[in-house]
Amino acid sequence: MRTRGAERLLGRGGRRMADAALFEFLHTEMVAELWAQDPDPGPGGQKMSLSVLEGMGFRVGQALGERLPRETLAFREELDVLKFLCKDVWAAVFQKQMDSLRTNHQGTYVLQDNSFPLLIRMASGLQYLEEAPKFLAFTCGLLRGTLSTLGIKSLVTASVAALPACKFQVVIQRS
Amino acid sequence: MEWFLVTSAAVILFLQNYPLYIRSVPTENELKFHYMVHTSLDVVDEKISAMGKALVDQRELYLGLLYPTEDYKVYGYVTNSKVKFVMVVDSSNTALRDNEIRSMFRKLHNSYTDVMCNPFYNPGDRIQSRAFDGMVTSMMIQVC
Repeated sequence: MRTRGAERLLGRGGRRMADAALFEFLHTEMVAELWAQDPDPGPGGQKMSLSVLEGMGFRVGQALGERLPRETLAFREELDVLKFLCKDVWAAVFQKQMDSLRTNHQGTYVLQDNSFPLLIRMASGLQYLEEAPKFLAFTCGLLRGTLSTLGIKSLVTASVAALPACKFQVVIQRS
Repeated sequence: MEWFLVTSAAVILFLQNYPLYIRSVPTENELKFHYMVHTSLDVVDEKISAMGKALVDQRELYLGLLYPTEDYKVYGYVTNSKVKFVMVVDSSNTALRDNEIRSMFRKLHNSYTDVMCNPFYNPGDRIQSRAFDGMVTSMMIQVC
């Protein structure tokens, strides 16, 4: 039973915090579940689990790419779509915007997040650096899926130099 | 042979020029509708490419009346995910106004988004959702 007072306290900020926490915990469990069978699956098994995570992110991204831009006007060009990713998609999923977007204007974009929410509670520095890729696979898929729905074929990879900052590299595949 | 048509309508969804969903009322005239819709796809593509080059900031999703023939009016709408919605209505149905057509397209878009979010739907497949069918049926009943 929610009292008036509680409503005011929780407000919209409280609701969003709950949403963010839910996604974080779910994501952590997903990664843990895939590695629970065999904590050291070797390079082949490791690749398989990473691609499973990426695949999940892809399907989620596809649906997100349909739902999120609903009221937005049509995108004029590729850069608009990337800006949409950095602002609206990131804000919807991680409650913040991407910190920087760079491009070589030839189909490669580097999206940098200096405090990626899925890494922020892990460490700040070099501890757990080898574990970081597992926690980025889903998000890479998410970006690829959203781009795919918006008509752009791409390859997305992530790299971490020092937690919690990470870079997502998007390479547009032109057939 | 001239066939006698009671008011009729059709709704088609396209992704990259192949149909995801086709529905027409009454169903005997499906072939004629298919033909008409394929030609209207050319007009949709024309409008989309014109939009890209236009100096005016016209980036709306609703494309409006594509072309009127003597029997039918064809309306178009394209989403950000490049899915094209085409609606064909009988010309004798003059009671339909622009904002009604807009709201119908909005409903279609919302239902399509729900279809996309359905875990049992693979993007690119034909739409077989009964919920979607139900929404289109109630819309066509309104029109006819």
